[in-house]
Amino acid sequence: MIAQDLRPLPKAAMNIESDASDPLADAPLLVRFEEVCKTYDERSWVVDNLHLDIRQGEFLSLLGPSGSGKTTTLMMLAGFDAPDRGRILMDGADISRLPAYRRDMGVVFQSYALFPHMSVAQNVAFPLNLRKVPAAETRERVREALALARLEGFEDRQPGQLSGGQQQRVALARALVYRPRMLLMDEPLGALDKALREHMQLELKAIHKQLGITFIYVTHDQDEAMTLSDRVAVFNEGRIAQIAAPQTLYNRPATRFVANFLGETNLLEGRVISNAGGFATLRLEEDGSLHHARCADTTLAAGDSAALAIRPENLRLASGDEPAVAARVIDSIFHGAHCRLRLHMAGGSELSMTYNPGSLGRPAPLPGEAVILGVPPQLAMILR
Amino acid sequence: MIRNPNRGRLAWFGNLGLSLSGWLVLAFLLLPILVVLPLSFSDSRYMSLPLGNFTLHWYEEFFGSAQWLGALFNSFAIAVASTVLAVVLGGLAALGLRHPAMPGKRLIEVLLIAPMIVPAVIVGVGMYFVFANAGLTRSYLGLILAHTTLAVPFVIVNVGSALGGLNQRLLWAAASMGATPWMTLRKVTLPLVSPGLISGGLFAFATSLDEVVVTLFLAGPDQRTLPREMFTTAREALSPVLLSAATIMVLFATLLLLVSRSLSKR
Repeated sequence: MIAQDLRPLPKAAMNIESDASDPLADAPLLVRFEEVCKTYDERSWVVDNLHLDIRQGEFLSLLGPSGSGKTTTLMMLAGFDAPDRGRILMDGADISRLPAYRRDMGVVFQSYALFPHMSVAQNVAFPLNLRKVPAAETRERVREALALARLEGFEDRQPGQLSGGQQQRVALARALVYRPRMLLMDEPLGALDKALREHMQLELKAIHKQLGITFIYVTHDQDEAMTLSDRVAVFNEGRIAQIAAPQTLYNRPATRFVANFLGETNLLEGRVISNAGGFATLRLEEDGSLHHARCADTTLAAGDSAALAIRPENLRLASGDEPAVAARVIDSIFHGAHCRLRLHMAGGSELSMTYNPGSLGRPAPLPGEAVILGVPPQLAMILR
Repeated sequence: MIRNPNRGRLAWFGNLGLSLSGWLVLAFLLLPILVVLPLSFSDSRYMSLPLGNFTLHWYEEFFGSAQWLGALFNSFAIAVASTVLAVVLGGLAALGLRHPAMPGKRLIEVLLIAPMIVPAVIVGVGMYFVFANAGLTRSYLGLILAHTTLAVPFVIVNVGSALGGLNQRLLWAAASMGATPWMTLRKVTLPLVSPGLISGGLFAFATSLDEVVVTLFLAGPDQRTLPREMFTTAREALSPVLLSAATIMVLFATLLLLVSRSLSKR
């Protein structure tokens, strides 16, 4: 029943495309967090009544701002911290109090955590030596793991002689060499520069595909989470605001927080007129205009205050008969691949719109020009 | 070396004053030690300047005397035993003080480090009464325990700072790979804090080697240590053998210092 609670949106209200983008929907359950709470100061919950199902073989990102509880969740999963309430189940067995060294998980930290008194090969061999793997097999598996992390020839180096990216590859090889059930990563690329980070993201994704083990990835970088993950759990104030495939999160955010945290969203306040069948009608405070748009939140009723959410790239200049708002261009910014307009509505609400310079089909609006912006009902959302 | 960024006559005087006062402090610290060295090779019957003729007589007397050699041996035996004890106990204490679930850490740490701060005379008097009741005065065991008490703070401080520089995530990483706490201690913690253990041990050794105050309170006629023998000689006989004994101790101290320097560099 908890699995049902977790579903952010009722299936009926979701678009077909969101189901297609979730190929792991039927993968067996590996780990389940049940009503897990954690506090450090006895006053506020860092993790607040968390429900989370982790599926076998998925790449799941825990995304959220700092202090949202994502790292604490990972630490409890790794066994470095214990929940104050609730249970963590793995294969149906309670592992809440199981010590970290009996959990069979690989962990990669942002700070690499390589043993400075061991060479690269010794670092990678460490978990195998603990398991008393014979020397010949150890050598072979260390070689394989270093090859997987593309670190051939670095065996005898000391960690201190390596760059940040290389150190993180060693940490990755070390965490994978003993074939753990899951690989947990805590902002593993956070200390690397942008180009290297993007490169490592692709490699991580390839390694996940090759090995097929479950990856749990903590990050505050939404692009990273979107690039890598099968599913993303968006954390806010110790709870999961929404968990879904990246496309679903982006196209069908369940809350304003998710809409704003993943990419940019224009939010216009208003009042619900009606809500039925996955669509709702909202009257904007700004200009009293009526907007018909998707609404997955069945608890919203007539009279409730809500917001019309529309991504900058989904606003359209000029309109046929679709709902529209009037605004004045404040600024026009050229970004290369796209252009951005900053607009003000009469009541002061700010809007942002991006468009492809080549496909506008009319001269670009100039600052000061009054325009009508179409808000397509299929692309706009009504959020509590 | 402090470099003066200023130029000109006044700066020149400033530099002069700086180097003069620097050398003065250095001389004040080192001269009392250095003056012993030439005097120990002088054939004058009295420990006085000017230097007499070169002789090895006082060294011959030192190494020919069963009493001096016995004292040297005792000092080393006691120092080795109390160092081993202090490293084991102090190392364990430092580990315990770093454990997250340890209650009253601050208080315990202050109490453990107290022997380093409390004047030795007070420690000596206190130990005399306690050890007398326990039948530990006039025994080697009593001296070893006393020196261990004095040496433990050095181990705790050194190992504690080494542990402080140890990233918790290294221990977590080891645990995630399947290392039990005992394996983590052996394979990760101990190798990484070994510089702290070694320098703490050297401090402990040096503390025991030159400890005289508590020894005077606790030792019986059999427990002659080198510093105690030197103290007695200085009071009663005032023989220049004292100077050869002092030179030998300075040599040992210098050796310890060099060893600890080279170890800490690695």
